[in-house]
Amino acid sequence: MRYVVAFGRFWWNFIVGDDWRVAVGLAVAFAGTWTLAHHGVNAWWLLPIAVALLLVGSVLREVRSGVA
Amino acid sequence: MSSNVLLFLGTFLASAVEAVEALTIVLAVGVVRGWRSTLLGVAAASVVLAAIIAALGPALQRIPISTLRLVVGALLLTFGLQWLRKAILRAGGYKPLHDEAAKFAIGRAEASSAAAPTGGTDWYSFTVAFKGVLLEGLEVAFIVIGFGSAQGKLGLAVGAAAAAVVVVVAVGLVVRGPLERVPENRLKFVVGVLLTSFGTFWGAEGAGVEWPGSDLAILAVAGFVGLLSVALTQALRRRRETVTAAEVQT
Repeated sequence: MRYVVAFGRFWWNFIVGDDWRVAVGLAVAFAGTWTLAHHGVNAWWLLPIAVALLLVGSVLREVRSGVA
Repeated sequence: MSSNVLLFLGTFLASAVEAVEALTIVLAVGVVRGWRSTLLGVAAASVVLAAIIAALGPALQRIPISTLRLVVGALLLTFGLQWLRKAILRAGGYKPLHDEAAKFAIGRAEASSAAAPTGGTDWYSFTVAFKGVLLEGLEVAFIVIGFGSAQGKLGLAVGAAAAAVVVVVAVGLVVRGPLERVPENRLKFVVGVLLTSFGTFWGAEGAGVEWPGSDLAILAVAGFVGLLSVALTQALRRRRETVTAAEVQT
């Protein structure tokens, strides 16, 4: 069981990293882009805006938390 | 053409950065405890990484391109934003820069204090070298697979990664020490921009979007992400200077 937990934790850290909010934000942005694209809206602009907001948010969160 | 250049550059730089870190670990162990078991560890990890790429790369190319680009784009974006955030915080003065010389000294001290080998193979050296190369190389393996399969240029991505490893090892042999002068954070900054840009481009395409300007849009996305990152770094530096000046005054 210990190895399963360690294995899961390794992949979580490897893919999601230390800010899970970014991963969740990306999932929402991808879902939004997919939904709009499949309803006739060519939403090429959505992902770049989401990336910018997530990056700025993640950096500022780390600065303000005092961890950085 | 331009996307091929960016693909080569992204894979080469990502591989070079991770190879520099792996080289530091391998050198620290090899110099202190001998090279035979250390190099066996390096070889074993290299075989595992090559097997992952050889198994996953061609297998992924059988997946429909839109699904593949969606998954690869999402993966590259999560990696890219992690690299970029850390590089921005380091460049802005909010995280310490990587110090290969310090890491080398710590690695040497740990290798010296570990138990002496009892049999033919020094399992400490083998394990540390194996783990170091595998962990540093795993992200590169995924970047190679991601770039290669989403662009249908696995050979180019593998070639770029191999070239980076050869260059780093050759320089390491010449220098005979950790590569502490490599501008690691700048490289990570560039790699973060490229991973984030390709992730955005392919991810959106996989989700069903058509980019204005087709493949040329990747340059615009890279420019947007690059400018945003530079602006964010400048803002952090100004903030840091203001805070430091205020602390000096009080």
